[in-house]
Amino acid sequence: MNKPDQIITAGRKETAEQEKLYAASSWTLMRRKFFKHKLALVGLTGLAVLYLVAAFAGFFSVWGTFQRSSDHVFAPPTRVRIFHDGRLVRPFVYGLVPGRDPETLRKLFEIDESQVYPIRLFVRGEEEYKLLGLFPARTRLFGVDEPGKLYLFGADHLGRDVYSRILTGARVSLSVGLVGVALSFVIGAILGGISGFFGGTVDLLIQRLIEFLQSLPQIPLWMALAAAVPPRFPPVRLYFLVTVILSIVSWTELARVVRSKIIQLREEDYVVAARIAAANERRIITRHLLPGFMSYLIVSLTLAVPSMILGETALSFIGVGLKPPVVSWGVLLNQAQNFRTVALQPWLLIPGLFVVATVLLFNFMGDGLRDAADPYH
Amino acid sequence: MPVNYVLQRLLYMVVTLLLLSAAVFAIIQLPEGDYADYVVNSLRTASPNMAFSEEQEALIRARYGLDRPLIVQYFSWLGNVLKGDFGVSFFWQQPVSELIGERIALTATISFITIILVYAIAIPIGIYSATHQYSVGDYAFTTLGFVGLATPNFLLALIFMWLAFRYLGWNITGLFSTRFSDAPWSFAKVIDMLKHLPAPVLILATAGTASVIRVFRGSLLDELRKQYVITARAKGAPERSLLFKYPVRVALNPIVASLGGLLPFLLSGSALTSIVLALPTTGPMLLNALLRQDMLLAAGFLLMLGALGIIGVFISDLLLVAIDPRIRFEKKAAG
Repeated sequence: MNKPDQIITAGRKETAEQEKLYAASSWTLMRRKFFKHKLALVGLTGLAVLYLVAAFAGFFSVWGTFQRSSDHVFAPPTRVRIFHDGRLVRPFVYGLVPGRDPETLRKLFEIDESQVYPIRLFVRGEEEYKLLGLFPARTRLFGVDEPGKLYLFGADHLGRDVYSRILTGARVSLSVGLVGVALSFVIGAILGGISGFFGGTVDLLIQRLIEFLQSLPQIPLWMALAAAVPPRFPPVRLYFLVTVILSIVSWTELARVVRSKIIQLREEDYVVAARIAAANERRIITRHLLPGFMSYLIVSLTLAVPSMILGETALSFIGVGLKPPVVSWGVLLNQAQNFRTVALQPWLLIPGLFVVATVLLFNFMGDGLRDAADPYH
Repeated sequence: MPVNYVLQRLLYMVVTLLLLSAAVFAIIQLPEGDYADYVVNSLRTASPNMAFSEEQEALIRARYGLDRPLIVQYFSWLGNVLKGDFGVSFFWQQPVSELIGERIALTATISFITIILVYAIAIPIGIYSATHQYSVGDYAFTTLGFVGLATPNFLLALIFMWLAFRYLGWNITGLFSTRFSDAPWSFAKVIDMLKHLPAPVLILATAGTASVIRVFRGSLLDELRKQYVITARAKGAPERSLLFKYPVRVALNPIVASLGGLLPFLLSGSALTSIVLALPTTGPMLLNALLRQDMLLAAGFLLMLGALGIIGVFISDLLLVAIDPRIRFEKKAAG
């Protein structure tokens, strides 16, 4: 049996807890709800790792992005082993001996079990790279001593390391989504805001424009616009143009969210009260309307990133988006376009798995954010 | 069905189609240079010693009518299109309507079969998932749906291609065997096509299914929580007829509404898959036309694909009114 005073303190604790909950700001509640969503946390952690690795791509790579080896054209993924002569040893790879099939003359790679190359940490790379694009560095997280070769995800048609190229490509593929969404956000928030706030003819026109853009077949439209970009465009401008093309359709969804939220909030009592209290338009928008739908906007933004990433991948894959020497996941997949390559060098599809993983992680996080966006629900 | 509403949607559709034609015409003007430049360039590469004068270039330009002001070019093109004449493909030297016709027909056939397959797979799964919420099966389907939504169609096609080769030794690319690919249509060719059809259709359907399951599961779950379902259950209505009599029918609404969106999605989604699987549908030819600046051919494709999407939206608007009395009466009350 509990003593009476124990019961009383327990009751008090609960009220204190509850009071904290009632007094908590909506952002606190949102954060709390978001961190309870397990999948969302998986998404957040996964994305954090991906973006971190992309930022320090050179350090995590084994090879330079454009480093070739004519002896290792289409070398299959190197198997990392931990058993040598039946004993457990530190991870190592066997030597790779290029040769040819005596009958078909096809290139083959034989494993030479007499050569053992342990995987070492913090090795000095053959080629210099720029850490964060600024500081020249040579140290790479892991690698094997020459003449050993470590192709985690195999090699491409020039003997370049697919794994290292995926990491470099991550920079472009992961940032295209963010830059594109930022662009869509600006267009969408402005046009959606005007549409919802002023209503009337402007609203009608903008709504018709949105419906029209959404009825266009997206991929053919992207293809047509991307094909119009001159082929010998400098990479930076090409990158920017591709993101602009991707934003042409995606701003419409954001504009719709902004508009419907503004229309809904405009009639709320507190907005009316602010208006009666003679607050000017600017104050009403920034102080009362924006915080009201910010959370919904963040959700829409998060969920818009994956479609951008998929769009860039698709365009670069068919050869009208980004082009070499730019490295992105779509550009890498471009090599795996025909039946022959896919049948003989399936590891060239690995960049695609990174696309799928990234999109999944974004969707997980978006789901968690959607639940958290309405914490009073 | 209210006549006013139909007329209003029809008028709206016509205006949208006109806008589409203007947008398409503007888009194909974007690339630097025109088809005349392409011809001159390829002639130059073919015979590097030959000099081309300005007049010769101008002659080539005039021959294709590319020297007229843009607005004139647009209206003459639009006028011809309305008569069913899409012009002549510069590259193929064939009427665009002929080139497009067969490919659009094939694309439409594949898309149609795909849509039916999508619904045939997605609706039963959606019903199962919603009625067995949080069961192992529900989790499995939801997970698959998540992955399905995250996988681009063309990647799915590539993976299927590899799996089929690795484990079955099949090459699933192409829609016809080599001996039929250029042959005129015959019964044997149709049979040959039917043999090649399952792979692309399955790949396209897999991609479409994920989103339909998600939407349908969600709307059915919302419906099942409503009062009338609980009342019916309390009165002892058998579970099966209870389910199919109202909630399933109501939950189908968003699916019908998305039909209009599904059509352009399949048409454009199939563009990339077709390029991967080397299907003789619209995608590969549109891409080549764009890369070669074969303006009229590209315009024809863009116009037809866009128009199919817009007509799809129109049809699904009407269908919605036809199957949902609530929308029907609301429109009546409003109009």
